[in-house]
Amino acid sequence: MPKPQKQHCNDHPGEGSSRRSFLNKLWIGLGIVAVIEFIGIVTAFLRPRKTKAKAGDFGTIIEAGPVEKIPLDSVTAFVRGRFYLARLEDGGFLALSRKCTHLGCTVPWVSGEKKFICPCHSSAFDIRGEVISPPAPRALDIYHVFIENNIVKVETGRRIKRTEFRAEHVTYPKKRIDRITG
Amino acid sequence: MPQHEVIPEKLTLFQRIGHSIFPGKLRPVIDRQGYRRFFNTLILHFRPRRVPERTLRFTLTWGLGGMSVVLVSMLFGTGVLLKFVYEPLPGKAYESILYLQRHVLFGQLIRNIHHWSGNGLIIVAFLHFLRVFFTNAFHSPRQFNWIIGLGLFFVVLCSNLTGYLMPRDQLAFWAVTICTGMLEYVPAAGPWLQNLLRGGPEVGPATLSNFYAVHTALLPALLIILMPFHFWRVRKAGGLVIPRTPEEDAEIRGESVETMPNLILREVVVALVLFAFILVFSMLFNAPLESQANPGLSPNPTKAPWYFVGIQEMLMHFHPLFAFLIIPVLIIVALLSLPYIDYQAHTAGVWFTSFKGRRTALIAALAATIATPLGILADEYIIDFAAWMHGVPASISNGLIPFALVLAAIAGFYIMIKRRYSLTNNEAIQAIFVLFLTAFLILTVTGIWFRGAGMRLMWPL
Ligand code: HEM
Ligand code: FES
Repeated sequence: MPKPQKQHCNDHPGEGSSRRSFLNKLWIGLGIVAVIEFIGIVTAFLRPRKTKAKAGDFGTIIEAGPVEKIPLDSVTAFVRGRFYLARLEDGGFLALSRKCTHLGCTVPWVSGEKKFICPCHSSAFDIRGEVISPPAPRALDIYHVFIENNIVKVETGRRIKRTEFRAEHVTYPKKRIDRITG
Repeated sequence: MPQHEVIPEKLTLFQRIGHSIFPGKLRPVIDRQGYRRFFNTLILHFRPRRVPERTLRFTLTWGLGGMSVVLVSMLFGTGVLLKFVYEPLPGKAYESILYLQRHVLFGQLIRNIHHWSGNGLIIVAFLHFLRVFFTNAFHSPRQFNWIIGLGLFFVVLCSNLTGYLMPRDQLAFWAVTICTGMLEYVPAAGPWLQNLLRGGPEVGPATLSNFYAVHTALLPALLIILMPFHFWRVRKAGGLVIPRTPEEDAEIRGESVETMPNLILREVVVALVLFAFILVFSMLFNAPLESQANPGLSPNPTKAPWYFVGIQEMLMHFHPLFAFLIIPVLIIVALLSLPYIDYQAHTAGVWFTSFKGRRTALIAALAATIATPLGILADEYIIDFAAWMHGVPASISNGLIPFALVLAAIAGFYIMIKRRYSLTNNEAIQAIFVLFLTAFLILTVTGIWFRGAGMRLMWPL
């Protein structure tokens, strides 16, 4: 079948072939558009599914308890919220993600050594989440902590990445300021 | 074209049914000759009628390509059976595996066969890849089949990785967490890709349905497309590469023999032996299953599946940017361009390229066997660029510098061996390949057996 067509084409080169090449280009162009659309649809289809937020699950605010109930220089695990509430010696609070920044294992707090030690490739972090020993490349991620009516609350919806510990990551209870000013 | 030489009324019911399925000249199939002719034409759809006698030698192929095909078929068979019982939901997956093992007749055996065939396929396909490399079967006209083969190997690896998650036990959950965790280090597209694969920020329900769809539909479909393509290219290349000694002329094809029964019989024997082996192995050894996945508790140590442990071990020594991206990408590019390099000698069909090639391959293997463990030990106990070079970013102190050192060592080895033995580039490239191969195997062995709790080096006992 294609053969006679080809001959026909050879009989009339000129305009016929330029029209043909234009149509060919049009087809190719449309084909490319179709492929891009197809890829777009597939990736949109596969985009992370929204999980319904259950109470106490991701995306919600977790109440960790009244300020004075949390001892100084301690780490408390909140399994539902998947974070640790660390209270530093100076009374400040930090909510640390339990996910190791190396490859994502769950890091336990080893209270004897006062370190988070990752069981997977033995990265270690101090109470502020700062890296003590590699391979972890960054300090542990944190969540926003705020204190309302003397109750410590953690916003677990958004994990905040950071390279290293900085003072502004720590939330202090109002009292401390009161004490200083008053 | 009147083909109905036979009057249907005179046939039995079964013959009439048979006739409706296979109409045409071959009817009636009554004698052994007829059957043979019939099956010959069926099988030979994929095969030439005659094949060069010398390509039948077991020491050319070691039956490895055929064994891969057998394993793939066993995986398809048992995989379909598993699908009837398995439920791809986080709460149900583990229980359905337990149910399969405890309450389904032969359930454990079917799971074992699927597990061991999958792992076996990696080994067998890898050995097949090595035999193709070392018989120089990737030169023209087989260049593109090498590429298809790499594609097949990639699909096999992905199948194993996605299948690894299915039981959703501790082993599965954390190995997949680590493997997908590596993606985070790929610049720019990494986090996006990781999110896409996992279906969210963590390994969760969406990850399981993603992996399930990929494992049971996408990858099998790719295999079904790529495998016939692979075989067709073998046929197009005029059959397998003809094995020869370095002195023999490449042009001599030798005698040809009938494919049926010479080739087919050999293949059936290999297939049956392998089948029996996998069956017995699966009766003796159960596929591992640990306790149900617990996202709050990582086992110590957590390792990637054994075929990725080599990469994980590199991660212990190089910055992730190099261990997970730059080095693997360079190796993949090198493998893809391997058949398209301009070679100085025609070596297709010669095991290890030449007599000199054999010697230099051995030297390369020895060099890597000595250098790799020394390198691992030195990096573990002595070298610490990150501490020596304070203030330099880790991607340079832990990445670029060790990488450049290793690269310089390899380049030095290449120049040294090429001059010393006045090698053709065929032989020199083979030596480098052996260097990488040996180093990779040693890294893998170290990661599997020599890393204990906290991934510290230890002696296996
Ligand atoms: C699922 C994986 C694979 C299957 C099922 C498969 C199957 C086969 C089969 C049945 C043959 C015929 C000869 C033989 O048995 O050795 C063959 C030949 C060949 N394979 Fe594969 N193969 C696979 C993977 C690979 C890989 C990873 C490579 C290399 C990158 C590769 C490259 C080749 C080449 C170049 C030939 C032609 C060899 C020659 O002409 O001597 N294949 N393959
Ligand atoms: S995942 Fe924690 S050290 Fe590797």
